Order: sequence, then C-alpha cells, then structure tokens
Amino acid sequence: MSASSAFSDEKGGSSSVGEPEYGHDPASGGIFSSDYKRHDDLKEMLDSNKDSLKLEAMKRIVAMIARGKNTSDLFPAVVKNVACKNIEVKKLVYVYLVRYAEEQQDLALLSISTFQRGLKDPNQLIRASALRVLSSIRVTIIVPIMMLAIKEAASDMSPYVRKTAAHAIPKLYSLDPEQKDQLIEVIEKLLADKTTLVAGSVVMAFEEVCPERIDLIHKNYRKLCNLLVDVEEWGQVVIINMLTRYARTQFLNPNLNECLLEEGGESTFYGSDADQDEDEDEDKKDEALSKRKPYVMDPDHRLLLRNTKPLLQSRNAAVVMAVAQLYFHLAPKAEVGVIAKALVRLLRSHSEVQYVVLQNVATMTIKRRGMFEPYLKSFYIRSTDPTQIKVLKLEVLTNLASETNISTILREFQTYIKSMDKDFVAATIQAIGRCATHIGEVRDTCLNGLVQLLSNRDELVVAESVVVIKKLLQMQPEKHSDIIKHMAKLTDNIQVPMARASILWLIGEYCEHVPKIAPDVLRKMAKTFTNEEDIVKLQIINLAAKLYLTNSKQTKLLTQYVLNLAKYDQNYDIRDRARFIRQLIVPTDKCGALSKYAKKLILALKPAPILESPFKDRDHFQLGSLSHLLNTKAGGYQELPDWPQDAPDPSVRNVEVPEWTKCSSREKRKEKKVEKPFYSDSEGESGPTESADSESDSASSSASGSEQSGSGSEESEESEERSDSDEEEEEEEEEAKKRKTQKKEPIEAVQQSESEQSSEEEVKKRKVSIPPPRNVSESESDDDDSPSDSSQDSESEDSESEAEVKKKKKITPPKAPTKPVKKEGKKEKKEMSLLDFDDFEPTPSPQVTPVGNFLSSSLVTDLEGLSLTDTVLSPATISPSGSLKSYELLHRITGEGLWVEYCFSRQPFLPDPHMVAVQIQFTNSAATEAKSLRLEEAKLQSGMRVKEFPEIEVLPAGESATVVMGVDFCDSTQAANLQLCTHSRKFFVSIQPPVGELMTPSFMTENEFKKEQGQLMGMNEITEKMQLPERCQNEHAIVQRVIAAANLSRVPCGSDKECSSPAPPPPGPPVHRFAGRTVTSGSLVLVTVATKESGPSQLTINCEKMVIGTMLVKDILLALTQ
Amino acid sequence: MIHSLFLVNSSGDIFLEKHWKSVVSRSVCDYFFEAQERATEPENVPPVIPTPHHYLISVLRHRIYFVAVIQSEVPPLFVIEFLHRVVDTFQDYFGVCTEAAIKDNVVVVYELLEEMLDNGFPLATESNILKELIKPPTILRTMVNTITGSTNVGEQLPTGQLSVVPWRRTGVKYTNNEAYFDVVEEIDVIIDKSGSTITAEIQGVIDACVKLTGMPDLTLSFMNPRLLDDVSFHPCVRFKRWEAERILSFIPPDGNFRLLSYHVSSQNGYPVGYRSLVAIPVYVKHNITFREGSSQGRFDLTLGPKQTMGKGVEAVLVSSQLPRGVLNANLSASQGTYTFDPVTKMLTWDVGKINPQKLPSLKGSMSLQAGASKPDENPSINIQFKIQQMAISGLKVNRLDMYGEKYKPFKGIKYMTKAGKFQVRT
Repeated sequence: MSASSAFSDEKGGSSSVGEPEYGHDPASGGIFSSDYKRHDDLKEMLDSNKDSLKLEAMKRIVAMIARGKNTSDLFPAVVKNVACKNIEVKKLVYVYLVRYAEEQQDLALLSISTFQRGLKDPNQLIRASALRVLSSIRVTIIVPIMMLAIKEAASDMSPYVRKTAAHAIPKLYSLDPEQKDQLIEVIEKLLADKTTLVAGSVVMAFEEVCPERIDLIHKNYRKLCNLLVDVEEWGQVVIINMLTRYARTQFLNPNLNECLLEEGGESTFYGSDADQDEDEDEDKKDEALSKRKPYVMDPDHRLLLRNTKPLLQSRNAAVVMAVAQLYFHLAPKAEVGVIAKALVRLLRSHSEVQYVVLQNVATMTIKRRGMFEPYLKSFYIRSTDPTQIKVLKLEVLTNLASETNISTILREFQTYIKSMDKDFVAATIQAIGRCATHIGEVRDTCLNGLVQLLSNRDELVVAESVVVIKKLLQMQPEKHSDIIKHMAKLTDNIQVPMARASILWLIGEYCEHVPKIAPDVLRKMAKTFTNEEDIVKLQIINLAAKLYLTNSKQTKLLTQYVLNLAKYDQNYDIRDRARFIRQLIVPTDKCGALSKYAKKLILALKPAPILESPFKDRDHFQLGSLSHLLNTKAGGYQELPDWPQDAPDPSVRNVEVPEWTKCSSREKRKEKKVEKPFYSDSEGESGPTESADSESDSASSSASGSEQSGSGSEESEESEERSDSDEEEEEEEEEAKKRKTQKKEPIEAVQQSESEQSSEEEVKKRKVSIPPPRNVSESESDDDDSPSDSSQDSESEDSESEAEVKKKKKITPPKAPTKPVKKEGKKEKKEMSLLDFDDFEPTPSPQVTPVGNFLSSSLVTDLEGLSLTDTVLSPATISPSGSLKSYELLHRITGEGLWVEYCFSRQPFLPDPHMVAVQIQFTNSAATEAKSLRLEEAKLQSGMRVKEFPEIEVLPAGESATVVMGVDFCDSTQAANLQLCTHSRKFFVSIQPPVGELMTPSFMTENEFKKEQGQLMGMNEITEKMQLPERCQNEHAIVQRVIAAANLSRVPCGSDKECSSPAPPPPGPPVHRFAGRTVTSGSLVLVTVATKESGPSQLTINCEKMVIGTMLVKDILLALTQ
Repeated sequence: MIHSLFLVNSSGDIFLEKHWKSVVSRSVCDYFFEAQERATEPENVPPVIPTPHHYLISVLRHRIYFVAVIQSEVPPLFVIEFLHRVVDTFQDYFGVCTEAAIKDNVVVVYELLEEMLDNGFPLATESNILKELIKPPTILRTMVNTITGSTNVGEQLPTGQLSVVPWRRTGVKYTNNEAYFDVVEEIDVIIDKSGSTITAEIQGVIDACVKLTGMPDLTLSFMNPRLLDDVSFHPCVRFKRWEAERILSFIPPDGNFRLLSYHVSSQNGYPVGYRSLVAIPVYVKHNITFREGSSQGRFDLTLGPKQTMGKGVEAVLVSSQLPRGVLNANLSASQGTYTFDPVTKMLTWDVGKINPQKLPSLKGSMSLQAGASKPDENPSINIQFKIQQMAISGLKVNRLDMYGEKYKPFKGIKYMTKAGKFQVRT
C-alpha cells in the first residue's frame, strides 16, 4: 500500500492518464528492467481496494497495449478485477481480456462465470455486453458455452441482444468451423428477424459463415429489400452486396432481349460486341429468340432496384458505391445511367474515396461510355490532385473520348503536358497515343503533336513520346518515313534505354523506308554497343539481323562485328540471341532448314499493337470489391454468378399467407389476364408491385389487381398520383412500395379544386361499388356526365367537363394494356402489412398530412377509372420523363435580381381550351421587393391571343411565385412577344413554344389510328429514315423521348389482336404510335416510329398542317437520335 | 472485416495499434513503409496495398496514416469510409486529431475504437451514441476526474441504439433552445489561360448545430429547391418527403452535424444554352513570363471582384507553385503580404479583403537559376476567398418549422460562399 501511494504521489500528480513512458524509446534496453518493476507496481495497484488506483493501473496497462507492449504477465492480477463494480475498470479489463485471453487460456477461464452471470441479467445492455466479450475470448475450450449463449441470445426479447448474437456468430465460426451446421440454424432463425437492427449484422454473419447457402435468403428476400432503407449504413453495404449475388442467381438477365434484338439476323455483328455477360452459345440464343416470350422482369427484381435507388443519396460513400455496382450488374441498360451522378458526387470526397471510385468508374466507362459522357468535365485534372488521382482521371477521360469530344479532350491534354509532374506527363502522352489509335480522325493530329514533343527539353517526355510514336507508326508506316528519319537523329541524344530500343526497332522494322539512314545508325550503334543497356543491345542485334537480310552488301561486316561483340557479352540472353541470329541468317554449310526462311521469320509483318485500357475486362469482378480494385481474386471473394438461362421458380420467395392462392407459373397468370373485365376496374390502381417487362417496362407502372378496398386502394391511389409529379417513372414505382405514412401534396391545386367536392362523393361511391366491376364503369360514367370511354374531346361544349377529360389523360399514369401481375401485387401487399413494425418506423410527423391530399389523390384515380372504364385497351401513355424543361424569360442579372423562367406545364388551360398553358416562375433574388408584376401584350402576331395571369402585387425579396397564363399560338411556333412590367421597369420578353407543345394528347385505339392515318396520306405524310443510337433502341427510351419532345399520347399496340386470340402475335418489328391534336385548330397529329432489327428505323408523321408536321419531324428526329 | 488498425505518424513510427481479432504482428506495416518510400508525395501512397497474407487499406488525415489490416474480401470503400469516420470522431472528441492529442487520450481512443467495431464490423459510429457511452474529455471533467476519481465512461447504459432514431441521444435538455444552419457553398473552377471558364461547379453543404430539448421534428424548406442538382443526406432526413415535396423533414441529432450536401453544376446535364448557374465572383489578370536566355522572369498579378451582388470578397489568399528553376521572387504587393519559400517554390500572397476601388496587385521579378533554360510550364494559381452572407447559387432557405415540442426555438441561418478548388491556369 505504501508503495502504491508513493507512486501516486510521484506520478498521479504530474500526468493524469498513465503515459509516463512516452518519452522513452521502447526499444532501448534499459527500459525492460524498469518495466518489470513497474509491473510490480501495477500488480499492487490492481490488488488494492481503491477503485481509483485500479483505474489508474488499468489505464496505464491499456496505454501499454496500445503501444504494442507485452503486458501478458499481468494477466492474473487483471483478470481478478473482471467483476469490479466500477464500470470503467470493468471495461478496461474487458479490453485486456480480449487481447490476451488467447495466450492465457487457463486463466481466462476464471472470468467465464462472470459473463455467464451477465447473460442472465435483466438489463438487455448488460446481457449484450456479456455476450460480446464472452464471444470475443478466443479460447477453444469454451466453444460449447458460446454456442449455448448464442442460441439463447438469438431468441432474446431484445433486438439489441439478438444483434449481438449475430455478431458473435462469425467469431465462433472462426474459432471452431466445426460448429458450422449449428450456426447456420441460428443464422436461419435470425434471418427471419423483422427488425432493422438485426438485419445488417445477420447478413454479415451469413456472408462470413455460409455465403453459398443462397436458399436461406429466399423467404427473407422481400423483407430485406423493404427494410433496407432503415438499416444502418454499414449493414446496408453488406446487404446490398449479398443481394446483388442473390439476384444474379435468381432472375433473368434484363438486357438479354436487347442483345437478342441487336443480334438480329447477322450473327457476326454480335461476335464483335463487347458485352461479355451475354457471351453464351449462339445457337442456343437463336433458339431462345424464337422461343422466348418478351422478357418480363420479375417483380422481385424490380423491387430490389426500386428499393436501393434512394440509397444513392446516402452520405456514406460505401453505400453509394454498393448501389452503383448493384445497378451496374443488375439493372436494364436504360436504367443504369442514374448512378453516374452519384458517383461523380463522390469525386468531391477524400482522395482515398476518389481513388476507389475512379477505379470503378474507369471500368464502367469501358462498357457504358454514354453514362458518364455528360460529366466529362468533372474528370478534368487540377494541378493540386495527387498523381495517382491524376492518372486515374486521365484513364477515365481517355475512355470517354469519342469523335465528338476528342477535340476538347485533346486541348485539355495539351495543358497537362506542360505539368511539372513528370509521371503525369508520361501518362498523358500514353493517353494521347490511345486516343489516336481508337479514333482514326485524330491520328495524324496526335502524331504531329507527339513529334513536336520530341524536341522537348525533358528527356522523360521525349522518351515516352518515342515509345508511343513507335506504336502509332506501326499502324501506317509508309506514310511517315520522315518521322522515322527524325527519330533516327534522336539516337544521338536520347539516353533513356526504352526509347533508344524503340527507335532501333522502328528503324529495323521499316528499314526499306529509310534505306540510307539505317546502315548509318547501325554503324553508330556498333561503336557504342558495349556501353548500352541490355534492352538496347538486343535491339541492336535485331537491327543488324534485319539489315543483313535486306541490305547485306553494306552491312555484312557490321553485322558480323555486332554479333561478335554480343558473343562475349556478360548477359546470357544477349549471347543466346547472338548465337541464334547468327545461325539463322548467316548461311553456313550445315545450315538447317530454317535459314531458308530467315527472311520470312524476321521480317514478318507484325500486327500493330492494340493500346488497351488496363481496366478492360475488369468487370468480371464485382465492382466495388477489393478484388476488382486489385484485379486479382482476394481471399474470400465470392464470384458474381452468371445469369441463369431460365429463371428459377420465383415462388420460393413467397411467404406463406393463408388466404392467398398461389399462381406460380407465368402461363397461369396469362390466362388470368384474359378475363379482363374482372380486373378492368382496378386497372388504374397501381399496386405496390408490378411486373415490368422490358418492352412495356417503362410504359407500365402497372396494373395490379388490388381488389382489396380500404387502405389498400388508398395507398395505390396515392401512388397513381405520384406518377404524375414524379420526375421519373422509376422513382414513382419505387415510392409506391414503401409509403407508410406519407401523403403528397396536390399536383395542381388550381385544377383540382374545381371538382373536389364531387370527387369526394365519387370516392365513397366507388369504394362501395367496387365488387361488381362492370357496374363500376357504368355508374362512374353516369356520375360524371362525360363521354365515358371516348377519347375524342374536342367537340365537347361544356368546358369544364372537357377540362376534366383532358386531365384524365394527363393524369393517366403509364400503363401497360395487359399485365400478368395481378396475383403478385396482391401477395406483395399482404406481406407489406406483415412487415409493419411500428417500433422501427420513423415516427410520423403529425403535421405532414394536409387533408386535401387525400381528396385530390382519390379524385385522380377516379378520373382514371373513368377514362379506362369500358375499353380494355387502356391507353398506354408515358408521362414525360424528367422534369419539365424550363426556359429563361428574364435573366437574374438583366432583371436586376428578378429572375423569371417559364415552362410548358402540359396541363390544359382551363379558361380557354385553345390556349397552351405556360407556367411562369418568378424568383426575386434582389434585396428589395418587386411590386405589381404583370404582363402586357406587345407585338403579337396576327391571330395570337394571350390570357395574362392576375397581377402579382408584391413579391418580397427572396420569395418566388408561380403563375399560369394561357397563350394561343395559332398553331405556329412564332414567339409571343410580351412586355413584363414591374412597378419600376418594363422588360421585353418573348415566349417561344417548341412545336411539340402546340398539341394535346388524344387517345385512340390502334384501329382508329390506322383509319385516321389512311386519310392523311400523300402531302400530309412525312417520312424520315433514321439510325437510332444504341441506347434508345428499346421501347422505353423511344416512348420517353418522343413524349418528351411532343405532347402526345401513346397508342396501345398489338393488344387487340391478343384479345381475340390467346396465342401471342408473331413477333414483328415493334411499331410505336402516338397521337395528338393541335391546340388551336384541333387537327390530328399522328406519329409512327417503326424500329427495325437491322437497318434504319423509320419515323412517319401524318398531319394536316404540313408546317407543323415538318417541324415536328425535325424535333422528334433530334430527340431520338441524340 | 477489419482485423487491426495501426496509426503511423509522418516519420514512420507506429504509435498506436488496436486489434479486433487475433493479433497481427506490426511487421505487416513494413509493406506499407515500402510503399511510402516509393511514393514521392505523402498523398501518393496507394490506399490499398496487397501483402502476401493481408491487405492494407490506409487513409491519410492530419499527417497521420490510419492503416487498417484486412484479411479477406471487403469493399475497400467500406473500410476507407469507416476510417474517415474514426478520424471525424477523434476530431469531435479532442478538437484536433494530432498525434499528441491521440497519445494524451489514449485510453479514450481505445475505448472508442472498442465501441466502434465489434469483431471488425462497425457497431456504433453515430457520435450521439458514442458520446453517451464515453464522455468526451473536457478540461473541467479531467479536473473533476482527478479529484473525485470518477470516470469518463457513461454511468448510464446508452439507450440511443435501441431507439427508433439511433442518431439522437435521449433526454436532451437545454435552457436556450437554438438551431443554427450554415449554408456553405464552395465553387470549384478551372479557368484557362485566356480567362474563359473550363469547368465550374458549386458544391454546397448545410451544416447544422441543433441544441433543442426533447425530440423535435424539424422541416426545412427552400425557396428554390430545383437548384439542387444532386443531394446526399444525413440518415435522419426522410428520403420520401424530399422526393415528393422537396422539403427536408428530420429529427435532428443533438449537436453539430452535416444535414445535407448538394451539388449545383453549370454544364453537366444541362442542355447547351441553359443559363449558367455559376457566377464567378473574382477575376484574375496575370502576366507571368520567362524570357529565353535571361535569368529574370516577370510576375504580374491583379485580382478583382465580379458578380458578387454587392458583397465583399474577404480572406483572399493566392498561392502558386512556381517552377523549379525559380530561385527567388522579388515582388511588391499593393496590399497584404507575400511569402516565397525557396525550398518548396511555393508563393503565397495573403491579400485580405478586395477593395473594388483599388484592386490588389502583386508585381515584380523572379530570378532564375543562371544558365538554366527557361521553364516550359507556367505555374497555375490557386485562390481562396470567402464571401459572407451570400450563397452563390442563389439558394435560399424558405422557412424552418418545428413540430413535436412546445417551446419556441431560436432559429438562425447563415450563408457563406468560399472558393473550393479554384484554379487559374496561366
């Protein structure tokens, strides 16, 4: 005791936390003896009764452990304190125990009983911490105890303890792999756990212990997808990576169809395709092509994509990367693009994150260049970037280079060459070389640029240029003999061996182009032969041999001389080469058969080298993985399996639900589909899941048979409404699923307020009348007095009802005419309700739910129901993807802080149906308020009319306001010139409508369309051929682009055939039809896009107004081919 | 997952090690030191180094390498992101993350690391939870502890981890309820020789300091949310509400946190002719020349404000890495002070505030090595500045509302624009 108090006098006063030894060098010998002494001190302190002394001692011990010192001799003294009351002492003892238990197994057993007691503690946190420490002690003897503890904890009431149990599983597994089977049982049990807290940890355990047992996931797949957003970040990464692998084994390749189409008749085309995934047996494919029905994405596959997408906005780079790789490996080509933005965002992060992200981007750019092309400038290099980042960015820039952007890229490269960082300059030169080989047009420019670099002062730059030039020249040597001559001169100056060797090789290879210089170069080289590097010597021998064969008169003696020198070289490679060459080229009496062919052997035409990205083919590793980064298989790496040929039974993922009758095969579902009347009423209500097939994928948000009324249908109604406002359909699909508490704001309150009251009634009625579906349609149409199924509206006198009908069309969400999904949707919903755990939902904020939402959303569905009622062919439309394009009316600077934008909202303009609605947004970014904002007509074209918006009296500083005005453009694209007035100033502004905004969508069936088209032939028909770029070959892209370009609606295709006969129609080239009417005159505008498997696609427009027709052709063509 | 962690200082000493599974000998770091030697600059050490039995993943922060030892496949970003989180936590706890601070608080560091990882898998990384488990050391607490012998370890067991909002600690109480939000935007620009903008992007963050009692539920809405091109959120933000209404709705963590980071871009993804969102607030006139054959070079630099909407440009700092051939610079600054380090060839000029009436300039000559040829490259100029009370993108917060609690909080919002990677090529 006295000793310890002496110690505290001596040390405790001066330094609080025990690190008195910091000043000492741990390696110096003197310390050891004092160490032992100190340890005695420590032992005494640990044996004392005072907690403060124990704590002091433990702190010093931990500090020693942290520095890597051995304190194992204190083990008995420390382990006695495991039951200490002081919580910090206890924790530090745990730290010590975990560190040294492995070395002192027998003594460690002393502590076990404490933990066993802890496991029974009523406090969940103590139970958890006891299990945590117990499982961290790596002592084989306690394996059975651990096993028991884990099993018990796995069924603990507290999710936190269950989480700890999940963490303990891999610990036990690494200690004793024999326990695997028992552990798998525990994992299976925990996988069924429904809390977010456990999910991440148990999947981690699954990955460590039994990643091959993919069958355990089936039943939990949907639950994991749904919980994902609420799991903590680290768990998300693990789950997403696991689900990527799972999806690869369970679903069909969503891009398979696309490549089958691409393949078309010519199989050679496919052979050159870079896509590796689909590198399968071609015969099988042809067979498959004829057999396979159009690809239908498994709803579970869609579920995964939809639920992971919001995580792209995580703050955690690892999560973003995990989602990105999931999309890259699993999503249909058209959807992969969404990850680009998020990955580019990560480039702002720490340099280590940049390093990893750029590696992955480099791999992605090889396959999907288009994805990152818009972000080209984000990869520009700054002088402050670390070299390794610079080189990777350069790699990405090179991969992104194409005919269109090569000039900007080369200009950028030009500045890089002047950099002070020479490694980077060398990499730039190589990059230029690669651009030159890939893009023929710039080859000469690049070559000239590189030749100029040959006179650079920096030797490294010159050397690198020589090497690259050599490779480029090999492609077309005959044109560039002057460059070869120039390079021959350089041999006097360049000292870098690789460059010298390159020049010599070049001269030897193309000696017939420079017949006079070559022997002279050899002469010089012979003189310096002995002083050269090995690599140069080898090339000198090569040069000599080649010259001997082509020009033996001049060079015979020189060659002999060189070979003699080489014969006595120190390097055996060179001696060997010399001996070999001599035998080959110099004819002797007993020369072998080979020397006859010497010329052929040595002067054979060499193929030009292919400069390839080092990232080519890396994508067979799962992106984002360590193996991908290192380009070798890391230990424990799980291969990403290939897509299966045929999808395994999807019903394995079904969770048992009593009332639900299963319908597993696709055929069955198809049969169901025929009974359309049964579903027709719910056609408009999208359920939480839908199957999206690659053709109607986009077009489909869905039709699920939710016959459930009540909350279920409400939910789906909401999702419908969403589809309108959401920027992308994907998002809408995604959202539809997991909405638990949220409500949405009305889309266009202006319009809905009108019919709100009636809609409320309708809602009620509708809910009641749902069961007999046929009646619904009738009753509804009665209710509303509007022509129920007809889509022609222009004749309607009643403006209000007309507006409503129009709105219907507007709001009608993307929909596929026939959907094989019904059952799935229902099932999905059931499961959702199972998963509602109130304890882990984010607490709903009570204020978030304006009442109006409910009404408006139900109104929307109602109207939808209306437009769909009778007709089986629900009009398939796609809401224009992306937000509305806005145009600037007044710039912030010119407007002195007032900034005005306008966009075409595509909503009908209620006061006058012949006007186009223009939505105008005012933002006042000035410091003072703007008053009395209004528009005045200035110089309108004849016939044009404008309906101004009500004057905005005051717009306070910093506020913004949105108004809607109507303009009758008289079906012309002339700009409407207006005056924008504020209280102090007037600005001349003009609104210029794109031709596509001058029309409103019009619904018709395919037959009607064809009839109308027949009447609009000849002068009224404009046909244009075009070559669709690869990324807009699929239906989704075409429909989306056309609808974005012009306010038209899609005409459902092929469905009437299917109606009459159950057999699917023969697969022909897909034709997409769109119809609309001009706003002012109501003339029909019919657009047909016929894609062909091979050869150019055809765009046809039939329109009475030829001017509109021609302008529209241009716009759509641009939209499609861009 | 993560086996062990070694902390290595700039002189190459391992000053802390922590093992989560069985002990890995510190000799594994020799591979790291090799790579460190090979790299010319400290930041050029590859973040991932394969060794025969392990993989080393490292990050460099505050001149300390955090080297994690991995034994099998794991997403590298997972480890890198975690290591950065460790550094952030240290910084949060000790104010600075230096070798001295870590050594002084070695026990707290060890306790933290123990809680953050379990068997190599992240366990508690939210600072609110950690602070409940282990109290951050303050001067007062250290004194109290030495006197009374009480501890840094929380007496109560943390409950945050069990709640539905794991990022917020429970039972928060303040007498003054305040919520402050800083909208900080950084502009990243590359301007080429002729003064035209090659790329310009705005990166913004909203950092919050929320000290509110109980469980407040906040909503933050913007005047012009459409400006935000790409956003990433703190986990507390409700994704769906944002997707649907462009409103940030969240239950905040207690204390300081980053609510949102966003991106506003001028070129990316917008059609040609779309108004450029990035107004560049300063311009640079430069004339840096070296003449062939003479051992002198001219240096002439003038700065001026443009498009600052009446706000002053402050804390301007210009730095430039001059070519190796430059021996010395003899310049005169019209305002502020300049320094030239003849070893690193780094020229820095602390300008201070730009006065639009009298533009700051730096003029003079550079002396070159006698006889050496003129350098090929011109230096690029990096500029830092600050503009208070303005977000350059025009982003404005509309309103902040609080629900769920009765009291009336004090709310504050501050805007600031800074130069990010602002580079002028000459």
